[in-house]
Amino acid sequence: MTEFGKILAFMILAIVFVIVGIFTAYLIRPHRPTDEKLLTYECGENAQGSPWVRFNFRFYIVALIFLIFDVEIVLLVPWVLIYQEYGILGFLTGFIFIFLLVAGMIYEWRKGDLEWDRPESEKFMANTFKLPKLTLPAKKIKEEVTN
Amino acid sequence: MNLTSTDYLNILPLLLVGAGILISLTVEMYSKKSVGFLSWFSFLLHLLVAYYSLYTVNNVSSVFGGMMGTGGTVNIFYFIFNFGAAIVALLSMDYIKKAEIYFGEYYILLQSAVLGMMLMASATDLVMVFIGLELMSICFYVLAGFQRKNVRSNEASLKYFLLGSFTTGFIVYGMALIYGASGSLNIQSIFSMLSAESTPILFYVGTLLFIIGFCFKIAAFPFHMWVPDVYQGAPTSVTAMMSTIGKAAAFSALLLIMLPLIGSKNPQTFTPLFTVLSAASMIFGSIVALAQTDIKRMLAYSSIAHAGYMLIGLAAANDTGASGIVFYLAAYAFMNLGAFGIVSLIEGNGDTEGTIESYAGLSDRNPLLAGLLALFMFTLSGLPPFAGFFGKYYVFIASLEAGNVWIAVLGALSSAISAYFYLRIIVVMYFRKSDVASDNIITESHTSLLGIVISAILVIMMGLTPGSIVRLINSF
Repeated sequence: MTEFGKILAFMILAIVFVIVGIFTAYLIRPHRPTDEKLLTYECGENAQGSPWVRFNFRFYIVALIFLIFDVEIVLLVPWVLIYQEYGILGFLTGFIFIFLLVAGMIYEWRKGDLEWDRPESEKFMANTFKLPKLTLPAKKIKEEVTN
Repeated sequence: MNLTSTDYLNILPLLLVGAGILISLTVEMYSKKSVGFLSWFSFLLHLLVAYYSLYTVNNVSSVFGGMMGTGGTVNIFYFIFNFGAAIVALLSMDYIKKAEIYFGEYYILLQSAVLGMMLMASATDLVMVFIGLELMSICFYVLAGFQRKNVRSNEASLKYFLLGSFTTGFIVYGMALIYGASGSLNIQSIFSMLSAESTPILFYVGTLLFIIGFCFKIAAFPFHMWVPDVYQGAPTSVTAMMSTIGKAAAFSALLLIMLPLIGSKNPQTFTPLFTVLSAASMIFGSIVALAQTDIKRMLAYSSIAHAGYMLIGLAAANDTGASGIVFYLAAYAFMNLGAFGIVSLIEGNGDTEGTIESYAGLSDRNPLLAGLLALFMFTLSGLPPFAGFFGKYYVFIASLEAGNVWIAVLGALSSAISAYFYLRIIVVMYFRKSDVASDNIITESHTSLLGIVISAILVIMMGLTPGSIVRLINSF
């Protein structure tokens, strides 16, 4: 058996293990659903509404900025290990890379993407953060339960 | 393997464009009225780089330990990309005001896309091809959706992004398999390794996946489904860029992979594949374009057909074919830029009223534009005195040399079909009276007109002296 063969065997075993477990539980467990039990499990709290709310797109910008610096670390580590072989030019090449990232950072800064609270966009933020009305099955079930 | 300052000197065109992007970013950051400056800046920058790359065309070298090549065909591709981008900058100046996308980032993305194309053309390593492709594609995804409030533009961007990133997966998977089969990512060493002994099947599968990915980028037949919607939805100046130099860039990468094959033992390994792809693209593009009523969609289908003609050159797998493709790409780039430039002037405000019927009576309303559009339609259909004819001529000759006669015949038949829909626009412009409804206002733009006239002059010049250009390409 090759190394990949072992991995395949392991994967098959894992899948079989899970399926057998779930199937056995299905066979032997009692089946008595109530409304409370059918609610989405949120750490014991009652469900608060749909997770499909619109997020403010600033979260994505923050995620993008994070990604840039994440990738920066990934790319700088191999450079640190080998730049000495390439002399002063190899050293400077790494700095060109950092300089490009800094330029992007300054651009984001100047464009105001790092400022969380901007007065002129208050109205917009209020719109995006407003939760949708709770017209969801979970709410209905909850009402029925209390009635 | 060492790094010298000559390496940096050799990639000066790339560095110039890179520096241009940084300067544009800085200007955009600190100035409120940057767009006017940036438009002329990118025009001059790309013109300078185009001139410089033709000036140093003889400086053939390999830089960064065989990651990139410069000089020769690479520099000719640099010229096509940069001159095309300069014309796009001219066409955009007034168009982006009309399309309400008057932002400096437009030009920054334009320059970044060109940088990606140049990386792609100069790559001699599969990883470099991938980096260039992604840089170009991501800029195009953003540019296609630049009209944020336009539903069609959003649709175009999303479709292009989803399908494009899917095919990028194909390309990366193909590269992984090629690496697995040959143990190298350097294109030259991949092929030298493979010609020595029997080729493993893994290599063919990898190359096939790679070709599939690039067939999407060049809009060849079974992978064309994004083309009409994206070309129609994107702002017209962006469409002009995607369909011309974007296609040229994808072809440059495909050509790069296939060039080492020409000198090898079986150059015609992939000929059956390319033949089928090109035949399907030509026939499909030409026939479906007949039924279009929107001029941007019609040009999109014609772009599929043109991808088919260029693939004939790849199927031939000889030097004539390679130089034929480069010539065809240059010719196609300039004639399509001109055609889309005129479409962007005639296109209505807000909605895209690009129906062919709205061109009725254009010869009365604006004889100059009508004449230029007629010229571009003649050269797109491949009539003799212009560049389009010689592009087709060289790829057909190449396929005859390779003994692949029927595909050349099919190509000629397909051009005959395509003549119908190109000439229909001329008929509509000259022989049909305009009714009041279609009488939309033609934008007055001197810069766009300049760009269109430059493309027209290039198309005529390339038609008059095709031999010298092909000799230049062949000399490398």
